[in-house]
Amino acid sequence: MMEAVATIPPFEHFYAEHRDAIFGFLARRLGRPAAEDAFQETFLRALRAYERLEHGRHLRAWVFTIAARVASDVHRAKPSDKVSLGSEAVAEDSRPAYLELEHLADELPPAERAAVVLRYGYDLPYSEIGAALGSSADAARQAASSGIRRLRRKEGLA
Amino acid sequence: MKISPELDRRFRDAAAESGLLDVAYDMVDTPIGSLFVAATDAGLCRISYDPEPERVVENLARTVGARVLRSARPVDETRRQLAEYFERQRTEFELDIDLRLAADFSRRVLDELARVPYGEVTTYGELARRAKRPRAARAVGTVMNRNPIPIVLPCHRVVGASGSLTGYGGGLDRKEALLRLEGAIL
Repeated sequence: MMEAVATIPPFEHFYAEHRDAIFGFLARRLGRPAAEDAFQETFLRALRAYERLEHGRHLRAWVFTIAARVASDVHRAKPSDKVSLGSEAVAEDSRPAYLELEHLADELPPAERAAVVLRYGYDLPYSEIGAALGSSADAARQAASSGIRRLRRKEGLA
Repeated sequence: MKISPELDRRFRDAAAESGLLDVAYDMVDTPIGSLFVAATDAGLCRISYDPEPERVVENLARTVGARVLRSARPVDETRRQLAEYFERQRTEFELDIDLRLAADFSRRVLDELARVPYGEVTTYGELARRAKRPRAARAVGTVMNRNPIPIVLPCHRVVGASGSLTGYGGGLDRKEALLRLEGAIL
């Protein structure tokens, strides 16, 4: 029998499967109180993007990159509260590295993409990336470095 | 790290409020068992006796959309009206109904079915006649069997020409219990 294309599971199953891991991840990054809001934001963003998914593979890596992005937004929002008016030019230049990287890494295989984005875009340690992707720290390190090699080759050709 | 029930509920409420769900569902306890109740933005779309709601969830995800989430609030009004019905405080449901899960002919039949009053019964043949397909009694039986919203669309009020209860998706015991509740049989 042919292997079935991974269908997109009901959102309920997706949510139930990843909610505890995502909350743990956010609590380690942000502390518990801030993690609660970030948790809700993460799954609302996932819900918003869910109908654009084309298949049900690598959903864990996918939702972890969303959570990492939410956590970064929370971090960034804090100092900017104190930034005075007139800082717009600065703000424009400070488009965060992970946005560039996510775009660049779009064509990588999903596991490599997630490893590259989580490591170089969000500065997560490999142990955490391994946990996020359901693999080991070593596997995460390998995925990130082969993703980077692939990106370099692509840039070289361009 | 396990999330707290409060955080879980907060997200489920927020998801329902966001308007992003294709279907929200919850389980509703009644004297005839636990019911699976589901609604879209347009209204109540599914009630099921299926003891394995997982199957119903998968089915809704395939037919309506993948964003199916358990969330209490969107079905609270249905829950309230069902409770009143089972306490004999309500003889008609006042709920928006979403019949997207039914085909055209089924809709016509289900529209007629919705008009069969509380406490009365009709026959498959009579319902076929009212749906302008007098010879389709058997097809009407199939529509009843696949009724996406039993109880609220009262397929329990449809019986055989001889008066026998014939059949029911939720089992004959339940059909009998509902007709007894409504005083249609003793």
